[in-house]
Amino acid sequence: MSGFDTIIEGVLLGGVYALFALGLSLIFGIMRLVNLAHGDLILLAAYLVLSATTALGLPLAVASLLVVITMFVLGFVLQRLVLERVLGDDILPPLLVTFGLSIVIQNGLLLGYGADSRRLQAGAFESSSVALAPGLSVGLAPLIALVTAVAAVALLQLIFYRTSLGRAFRATADNPAIAQLMGVNERNVYAIAVGLSLAVSVIAAVVLGIRASFDPSIGPARLLYAFEAVIIGGLGSLWGTLAGGIVLGLAQAIGGRINPEWQILAGHLAFLVVLMVRPRGLFPARRA
Amino acid sequence: MSVESIHIPASREQRPADAPVWQVRVGTRLSRVAAVAGIALIVALAALPAIASRNLIQDLIFVFTMLTLAQLWNVLAGWSGLVSVGQQAFVGLGAYALFAGIVMAGLDPVAAIPLAGLFAALVAAVLGPLLFRLEGPYFAIGSWVAAEALRLICAQFKSLGGGTGMSISPGELSQMVGLKAVQALLGLRPAAARDVLVYWLALLLAVLVTLGIYAFMRSHHGLALAASRDNAAAARSVGVRTARTRHVLWIVVAFATGMVGAVVYLQKARISPDAAFSVTDWTAYVIFIVVIGGVRTIEGPMVGVLLLWGLVTYLAQYGSLYLVVLGTLAILIMLFMPNGVWGAAARRWQLQLFPTQRWLGRSEPGPMPF
Repeated sequence: MSGFDTIIEGVLLGGVYALFALGLSLIFGIMRLVNLAHGDLILLAAYLVLSATTALGLPLAVASLLVVITMFVLGFVLQRLVLERVLGDDILPPLLVTFGLSIVIQNGLLLGYGADSRRLQAGAFESSSVALAPGLSVGLAPLIALVTAVAAVALLQLIFYRTSLGRAFRATADNPAIAQLMGVNERNVYAIAVGLSLAVSVIAAVVLGIRASFDPSIGPARLLYAFEAVIIGGLGSLWGTLAGGIVLGLAQAIGGRINPEWQILAGHLAFLVVLMVRPRGLFPARRA
Repeated sequence: MSVESIHIPASREQRPADAPVWQVRVGTRLSRVAAVAGIALIVALAALPAIASRNLIQDLIFVFTMLTLAQLWNVLAGWSGLVSVGQQAFVGLGAYALFAGIVMAGLDPVAAIPLAGLFAALVAAVLGPLLFRLEGPYFAIGSWVAAEALRLICAQFKSLGGGTGMSISPGELSQMVGLKAVQALLGLRPAAARDVLVYWLALLLAVLVTLGIYAFMRSHHGLALAASRDNAAAARSVGVRTARTRHVLWIVVAFATGMVGAVVYLQKARISPDAAFSVTDWTAYVIFIVVIGGVRTIEGPMVGVLLLWGLVTYLAQYGSLYLVVLGTLAILIMLFMPNGVWGAAARRWQLQLFPTQRWLGRSEPGPMPF
């Protein structure tokens, strides 16, 4: 059963990586912005939820909702005040600004919370498991993480293809100038996209915080996993990102089963192999 | 560039016979003065160990190596559009190759430095074709992933200390080429003499890399890269092909970056995967230097490294707060002074110490302008 366990573990882990990746994928798809601070923003969200549950004593669900709203506003403001000024044909300024932001957030968290590992408390829920079949049970928390990832992809897909906001997103992604001529407010669309990206990241943060302990230094690694999931899955496809996350999770679980030291390395190598054999990812979008 | 102010005759037919000849100039009067001053400065710096304290020598090793890394990153990201966040990969590889050369192969440390560079270049040559499949901003994270993978691979080598790292004993370094001569020349103990030797190597690398980049940017390859960066479609339409140049540049930059890594770790004599592949030490600082000084200039990194040196000296004791300040400063500079301190000064006072921009000028009667 050991091999089967590993596969289940990998798939469940993949759900978490897909959640990391959704926010990154979202703003790249709409505004061609690669946010190097993405991982650190996930960590910021995790610490905000931690503060809301411990300092304010709120239940996890209420705290998460509060932080979703906070991060949405933060994203909106970040785009309007900072990122908007550097977006353009030159790819260097936005990369450098988000890289600077990553350093600021990471070290700001170190100052505020210290380097100790923390964890979100979710009560009995975090250690309980469900039996899928006789002799086969999986942890409830990882399972819910995967279900959440699927639900998040479905919800974003719905927003993209069934709402007027989604139409504005797609129109702006295709051609910002013409979208503006058609009455789309490009500045607002971008700001909402960044806000939405950070709001989705809060879900990733909560799942991360329940499953494992976290400290301020792990942000960049989350960015890399998110990025690997996006590229393995193929640019421009949300379901592809979910699949990419699962492939990455599987690679890490299998690598970790062979030798615990190889877990992360196996993920990176899987990414490089995909880049070698399928440079456009496993499930690229049909439209460019 | 004040191209707008230059009057160009409407057509060749209308031009009178004694019309001035237009030509492209790169040099300026100031740049020729700067060249002389630069040579004097290099001579003075080379002679400095005779009088300087060991602390100053160690600080200047930091300045020279960071300057070299910044120049290399600038040519890669600024001029050729390859924004790498993974240059720590080549610092780490160079450092590990140096340690492997000394510990496993028993090579002389000084001789191992170029070999360390070659090793980094070899890995870059293998990784390049893969990473170049990622366009623009995605190349940035892709290079970071590659660096992380290489860090984890280096941590697997138990004979090089595995994940915790290792030190080289002073005894193993005491037979280093040139060390005895430096000891005799300056009357120093082996440890201080090693610092002086590393200092000269770092100075040599900084000078060679800076001049190399300067020559490259003034060559037609450099012009092609700049043109392609500014407008890829227009550059292609006039026959500029840069894929090969960028690929070769990526490998050459890795070669030099690997040598810098080897020089840095020859002085430290202690290595660990986390330190040698540190994104903060070898990429964040380097980006900070270039951004603050001014991207796409040779002078910018020089100004930037001096500013970083000042900040490190006075603020590094504050740890995380110091990095928050650096990051915030870099963001503000990017927002409000996108050409950096040097870029802003150069624009205001028309300064060009290492001119790489081309100016269309009228040839004056008398001596040639350059």
